[in-house]
Order: sequence, then structure tokens, then C-alpha cells
Amino acid sequence: MIEATGLTKHYGRTVAVDDLSFTVESGRVTGFLGPNGAGKSTTMRMILGLDRPTGGRVLINGKHYHDLHRPLRTVGALLDAKWVHPNRSAKAHLQWLAKSNNIPNKRVDEVLELVGLTQVAKRRAGGFSLGMSQRLGIAGTLLGDPQVLLFDEPVNGLDPEGILWIRQFMHRLADQGRTVFVSSHLLSEMAQTAQDLIVIGKGKLIAQTSTAQFIKDATEDTVKVRSPQLDRLRQLLTAEAAKVADGTADNALIVHGVEAAHIGELAARHDITLHELSPQLGSLEEAFMQLTRESVEYHSHD
Amino acid sequence: MTLLAVERIKLFTTRSPWWCMVLALGLTIGITAIIAANWSDSPMPVLGAVFTHTFGLYVIMVMAALAVTTEYRFGTIKSTFQAVPDRISPMVAKAVVVTVLAGLVGLASAFGSWGISMLLADDTSQLALNSGNDWRHVAGVGLVYAAGAVLALGIGALVRQTAGAVSIILVFALVLESVVGFIPNIGDDIQKWMPFTVVTKFIFGDPDPSAIPDGAGPPTVGELSPWGSFAYFAGIALAIYIISLVVVKRRDA
Repeated sequence: MIEATGLTKHYGRTVAVDDLSFTVESGRVTGFLGPNGAGKSTTMRMILGLDRPTGGRVLINGKHYHDLHRPLRTVGALLDAKWVHPNRSAKAHLQWLAKSNNIPNKRVDEVLELVGLTQVAKRRAGGFSLGMSQRLGIAGTLLGDPQVLLFDEPVNGLDPEGILWIRQFMHRLADQGRTVFVSSHLLSEMAQTAQDLIVIGKGKLIAQTSTAQFIKDATEDTVKVRSPQLDRLRQLLTAEAAKVADGTADNALIVHGVEAAHIGELAARHDITLHELSPQLGSLEEAFMQLTRESVEYHSHD
Repeated sequence: MTLLAVERIKLFTTRSPWWCMVLALGLTIGITAIIAANWSDSPMPVLGAVFTHTFGLYVIMVMAALAVTTEYRFGTIKSTFQAVPDRISPMVAKAVVVTVLAGLVGLASAFGSWGISMLLADDTSQLALNSGNDWRHVAGVGLVYAAGAVLALGIGALVRQTAGAVSIILVFALVLESVVGFIPNIGDDIQKWMPFTVVTKFIFGDPDPSAIPDGAGPPTVGELSPWGSFAYFAGIALAIYIISLVVVKRRDA
């Protein structure tokens, strides 16, 4: 279990993480979701004791990371798959990591087998593709057979096959009862991977909830209406306390918070001709962007 | 002991330490071979066999700096601190491994140079190691390389970049210490306290008068005795190394 309480990190005058409190439960895959620059990596570095929090604290199984005895046996973390010396072989990389926490050397061969890198164990890690580097990184996290696993954007830049492999691997880890905490900026990815979600934006907590609940709350169904008497319809709908926005097409309205059937009946009662009345299902990505719009650090300007 | 093994694996599973060691030994022993083969008219003194030790010193300091800076360059320092979060013990283990290796390379370089001089010089009557001073001229190179490695490790950990650390070491040792002597009035006084200038006195200073005519040896400067000169250099190296440990402990990795 990972518990953050009032976690805060300032870099000079920039606030990277702002009074963040959350709990990551054992035995589940918890997604850590937020746009780029939201403070996900900084938070993960603070969990691992690599960065010193400006305020607050984060505990793993009730302990600070630096108080863990042989921490690789409790926490396996992959923050960046490229954190490997390019001229060192995959095997040598794992050997020094294993040695540092008194993990027997035969475990190195086991984890290489587990991620399917046995064939290339003697090759220099600098020549690995991104997918192979990710596998090597994951092998490193598994060395100490830890109960808690952290992954920072593990599918970034991977091909579909690699993404599928990582997703299945994480499910397997969670099925074994481990705590898996995985960050991503893609809600669609998290929807297929995580059971719980911690959503942050600009370093602040936006939501901590189950993935299903988050998607239900975040996606709002809308109705698209086209009519030659659009202004009249708009007045009526506004009077009904519906939220109305102009659609992208001519003579179209996007209506929030009112069902399509109700709009049809309303139009019939007032003799308004409708050319189109179609319910729109909210997309996950749109919903996520809606939620985090205020908290995206770098906007693109149209 | 475990962490010493970790740092040993790290050091020897990359290529740059091997290249640096080969280069250090090749430069020192190779150039000494040329000097020894061309030494004529007088017996070759012990000092002549270790003229070249400074070349190897710079290479070994680069090797030591690389041992730290490549860890920052490739992010393995973060994996290291993840594995051993107190940070100090892996840095000390690295220093022990690198310093011992530097000392061994220094001994190999000095005795290798001395040995090749014995083989190639015409008159080796003064080359035998007969006194404490003779032994200091040769075996002292091991100590100088070891202390130089400690200094370079400290600089590497403070700067965290290969280019920066190597530039600082080479510019300081090869340029700044000479240029500072040109400052009017106070230049000489500053120069005789510059660490690389002082430490050459440990190797070259106070030769046996029987071996070398008075004032004929390489110039040495400084107020300190040869061993005092070494203590001064080692003290500066250790101070910078300890500062780097404090910084590494406090800084975000």
C-alpha cells in the first residue's frame, strides 16, 4: 500500500506537485492519470526517495522508502527504460542490481526468461529497441519479487504488440496479489489496465475513484439537434434548464442534460420541425480532456 | 562488501575503464621507453623513469570522473539510489573500488616504467632502488593516482557531466596552475600552493644527492616536505570528495 499525505514539490517557483493526498490499495492495478507535466513522474520519484518532497510525505507499507531494508525486495519501479548503461549487457545490468540487494544470481536468469530476453542477455543494452528496453526494465523491477510495483508511462512509444504484452503482464502481476501503480496520460489505456484511478492535473488531485465510476461520471451524453427554427428551439431548451451549445454544422445544437425523447416531444408541442435528433455518446478522451482542461500546463493555440 | 562487488561489476562491465587503464599504462611506459633508450652521457636516475607519471595521472582522473558522470548521464545513478537509498554507502563503495584500481594502475605504471628503463637505458648504475627516497619516487605514483582518483570522483559527483568534469580537471591541472604563475607579484606565491604543482614534489622532490647533481633534477616548488606535499594534495582531494557526498545526499537524484 502506498499512502501520500499532503505531498508537495516545488522546483524554484514552479509548483510541480501541490498538496497531493491519495492511497494506492494492495492487490489492485491503480492507474495514475494526468496530462503531460501534471506531476506524475515527480510524484513517483518522491515515492522512491529520489526527489525530496518540499512538504508532506509518502509511505510504502507504512515506511519511508529510505527506511526499507533491501528496497528492491519490497518495491520494484520502472521510471525510465533508458536508465541503463548502453555498453553494459542486459545480464550485467541485472547482475549489479541483484547484487546490491543480495538477490541470488540465478534470479537474474529467471527474470530474463520471464520477460523473454534470454536470447539477447549477453548483448549490449544500448542496441535494444524500445520494446526490448522496456522488457529489460520490467525484468529489473521483478528481481526482488516485490509486492509493490511502480511503472511510469510503460507503454509510451511502444507498438501495439508491446502495449498488449505490458497490459497482460500487469494484469498477471495484480492477479498474483501485488500492488501495481502505473501512470499514463491516456485514459483509454488506463480504462483497459486499471481498476482504480488517481487523476491529477497541475500537481493537484482531481479524482480518486474506481475506473468504472470515473468513466461513468466523466462521460456525459449529449444530443445533436438540427432544425430550421433553431433560435426558437434554443429558447425553449434554455428555459428547460438544458445546457445548449452551437454545433459544428450549420443549424445544429449540441444539448447537454436532456434526453433526446424529451427534445422531440418539446419540438412537437411547439410545432418545430426537426431535421436531425441524434444522441451522441461521450468519448473517453473528450471527457478526460474536459476534466483536465483547466489543469493542462501547455495549451496549443488554435 | 556487497556494495564493493556491485561497484566492481559496474566498473568492469563497461569499456571505458579498460581503455583508460591501457592508455595510462601505454602513455607512461611507452614514453619512458623512448626516454630510456635515448638517455646517454650519464647514468639514468630513478627520477627519469617517472617523468611521465603525470600523463597517466590525468587519464586515471578522467577514468574516475567517468565512473560517476556516466551514471548520471545514463540514469543508472537513480537505479543505484533506488537499490541503496542511503546514497552514501554506494558512493563510498565506488570510491574504494576506483581508488584501489587507480593505485594499482599507478604502481603498474611506475614499476613498468622503471622496469623498461632498466632494460633500455645504457647506464643503469643509478636506477636501483636503494633508499626510501628511491622507493618514494616510484611507489609514490600509486598513492598520487589514488588521491587523484578521489579528487576526480568528487568533481564528477559535483558536476554530474562528463564534459564538464573532464574539462575542469584538465584545464585546472594543465592550464590554470601554469597561468596563475604569471600574475604579477603574487603569482608565484599562489602557484606554490596549487595542488597539482605541490604533489609533483612528492614524486620528484628531495632526490638522493648521490643520484643527481644538486639542482639538476626536475624543478619542484612548495614549502612542504615531499610527504607533506602528498598530505596536502590528498587532503584537498578528500575535502572535495566529502563535499560531493554531502551534496549528493541532499540533492534530488
